Amino acid sequence: MSDHHPTGITRWLYTTNHKDIGSMYLWFSFIMFLVGGAMAMVIRAELYQPGLQFVEPNFFNQMTTMHGLIMVFGAVMPSMVGLANWLIPMMIGAPDMALPRMNNWSFWILPFAFTLLLLSFTMEGGAPNFGWTFYAPLSTTYGPASTDFFILGVHMMGISSIMGAINVIVTVFNMRAPGMTLMKMPLFVWTWLITAFLLIMVMPVLAGTVTMMLTDRHFGTSFFDAAGGGDPVMFQHIFWFFGHPEVYIMILPAFGVVSEIIPAFSRKKLFGYSSMVYATASIALLSFIVWAHHMFTVGMPLAGELFFMIATMLIAVPTGVKVFNWVATMWQGSLTFETPMLFSIAFVILFTIGGFSGVMLAMAPVDFQYHDTYFVVAHFHYVLFPGAIFGTTAAVYYWLPKWTGKMYNEKVGKIHFWLSMIFVNLTFFPMHFSGLAGMPRRIPDYNMMFADFNMWASIGAFGLGLTQIFFLVTIVMAIRGGKKSEEKQWDGATGLEWDALPSPAPYHTFSTPPKVD
Amino acid sequence: MNEQLAAKNKKLITKLLALVGGMCLFVVALVPLYNVFCEITGINGKTRGQALYENVEIDKKRVVTIEFLTNINRGMPWEFGSTMKSIEVHPGELNEVRFYAKNRSKFDIVGQTVPSVSPGEAALYLNKTECFCFDKQRLTAGEEVEMPMKFYIDADIPEDISRLTLSYQLFNVTDAAEAGSVATK
Repeated sequence: MSDHHPTGITRWLYTTNHKDIGSMYLWFSFIMFLVGGAMAMVIRAELYQPGLQFVEPNFFNQMTTMHGLIMVFGAVMPSMVGLANWLIPMMIGAPDMALPRMNNWSFWILPFAFTLLLLSFTMEGGAPNFGWTFYAPLSTTYGPASTDFFILGVHMMGISSIMGAINVIVTVFNMRAPGMTLMKMPLFVWTWLITAFLLIMVMPVLAGTVTMMLTDRHFGTSFFDAAGGGDPVMFQHIFWFFGHPEVYIMILPAFGVVSEIIPAFSRKKLFGYSSMVYATASIALLSFIVWAHHMFTVGMPLAGELFFMIATMLIAVPTGVKVFNWVATMWQGSLTFETPMLFSIAFVILFTIGGFSGVMLAMAPVDFQYHDTYFVVAHFHYVLFPGAIFGTTAAVYYWLPKWTGKMYNEKVGKIHFWLSMIFVNLTFFPMHFSGLAGMPRRIPDYNMMFADFNMWASIGAFGLGLTQIFFLVTIVMAIRGGKKSEEKQWDGATGLEWDALPSPAPYHTFSTPPKVD
Repeated sequence: MNEQLAAKNKKLITKLLALVGGMCLFVVALVPLYNVFCEITGINGKTRGQALYENVEIDKKRVVTIEFLTNINRGMPWEFGSTMKSIEVHPGELNEVRFYAKNRSKFDIVGQTVPSVSPGEAALYLNKTECFCFDKQRLTAGEEVEMPMKFYIDADIPEDISRLTLSYQLFNVTDAAEAGSVATK
C-alpha cells in the first residue's frame, strides 16, 4: 500500500508528496536550464567573430539579461530546492516535508513566474535588457515596458523561495527521527539549513529593491533617481546586499552534495565533519558584510575599499577549510571513479580555480582593471557551472538509482562527464585572458585582438550546450530502460536513504520513524 | 503526538515569518539609514541644506581651492555653467559664485540641480548659505537667469584637503514637477 499514488495530471497538480514535488522542481529547472542555455548559444554565436552577425545590440542585451535571470532564478535555485525536497526527508527519517501543501504552492508559482518573465519577449520594446543585476537608472528611467513583468516575476519567485526556505527549516528542526541530532545530520541537510536561513534573510531585500523600482517607475518616488534627491549608488548597495548572499545560496547546497559523494567513493568518513558545518556557517555569516566588493569602482572612500577587500578575502579561509577537507577525505581512500565521483572531483578542482579568480577580484586595486570585463564572467561561470551545475549533476547521477530504482549507463555517464569537463574549460578559460586584456562584458562586438579567445569560447559553448542534451538522453534512457539498481547501489554510501530504504524509494517513506543511533 | 508537532511547527513558522517581516522592515529602513550614514560620515559627497553664517572664524593662513563643474543631464535643453572655473578661499570666509542658466527651448521647463563634492568627506565642511540647488528653477522659453551661490568652508576642514571639486548636475524635472503640482491641488 505504501506505493499507492494517484495517477494522471491531477497527481502532479494536487500533489503534496515531497518526492513528486522534488521531481517537478528538477524537471522544471532542467527545462529552464535548456532555455537559458539556448540564450547563451545566441550570445556565443554573435561573439564567434568580431562585428555584428546575427542579432541587434538591443536583442543581444536582452539575451545576456534573460540568460542570467533564468539561470540564477530558474535553473540553479529550483534545482537545489528539488534536491532538498527529494533528499532532506529521506536523510533525516521524516515521512515528508513539514508543510506539504505550502510545498505544492511554492513549486506551482514558479512556472507562472517564468512564463510572465519569458512573455516579455513578445512585448513592445522587448524583454528586460539591463543585465541581470538591473542597475538603476537602466531599469527605472530607461527600462523597457516589460520591466514591470520582470518585477512581478521576481516578486513571485521570491515568495516561492521564502516558502521553500521556511519549509526546509521547519522540516529540519521538527521532523528529525529520534536520535538524529543536529550534529549527526548529513552535511547536505546542514548546508541546506544554512541556505534556507540565507534565503529568508535576503529574499525580502530583493523584493524591497524591485518594489522601490516599481514605485520609482510609476508612482513618482525617487529612491534611485538623483533628480528627485535619490541615489543610484544606493541601488547597487541594496541589490548586492541581496546579491552576495544569493551567490552562496546557489553554491552551498552543492557543497553539501559533494560532501556526501566524495566520502562514498573514497570509502572513508568525511574528514572534519564539524569543521565543515562551522565553515559553512562562517561563509554564510561573512556573506552579509562583503557586498560592496561588487562595486569597488563607484567611488568609495579608502576605508570602505579596505574593509570590503579584507572581509572578502576572509571568506577564502572557511572555503579553504572545505576544499582541504574534501581533499583529505580522498587522501588514502580506496577511490573509484564512477560518474558522480568524477563530477565531484571536477567540482573541487574547478571550483577552486573559480575561488582563486575570486580572490584576485577581491583585491580592490586590481579590481579597477578587472571590473566589468570578461575576467568577471570567467570567474562566476567557473563557480557556477563546474560549481553549482556539476554539483547538481553529480547529485542526479548519485541518487538516481535511489529515486527511480534504475541505473544509468556508466559508460554513457562517463562520456557525459568528459565532454562536459573539456568543453566547460574550453568555454570559460579563455575568458580569463580576454578579460585581463580588457574585453568588456555585455557588448555584442569587440576588438579584433580578442577574436581567437572568443572563437575558442564559442566552440566550447556549442559543445557544452550539446553535451547537456546528451545528459537529458542519458537520464531518460536510464529511467525508461535502465538496469534495475540495488538497494544500496554504492557500497561506500552512508545515510538513512541508502541503509533503511529500498530502491526505488517507495512513494511514502518513514511513516514510522527509523531508529538512529 | 501529531497535535504536538503541529503546535511546534506553528510556533517555529511564526518565528520565521517574523524574521521575514523583520527583513522587510529592514529594507524599508535601509533607505533612511543609508542617507543618515552618508550624512554623518560624509562619504557620499552630498552637501547639506542651508547653513547660517554667524560667528564664523576665519583662518587667513590656509587657502583652499574650489573647482566648479557643471553637467547637463540627457533631455535638458538648457545652458548651464558657472562664471568662474575655480576660486581660492580662506576657510571661514563667505564667498559668492555666480552661475547662469538659459532655457534654449520653446517650452517652460523646470530644472533641478544636484550637487556633489569630491573628495566625499569635504562635503561635511562645505556650508552653503544660499544656493539655487535648494529649490527647483522654472524658466520660461528663452529665459536667462543668473543664480548666486554663497558658501564658506569650515575652518575645521582637515589639513590634507587643499583642493575640492563641487559639481552640479542639472536634471529636467518638468514632468515630476507638473505631476506634483497636480497632486498638491
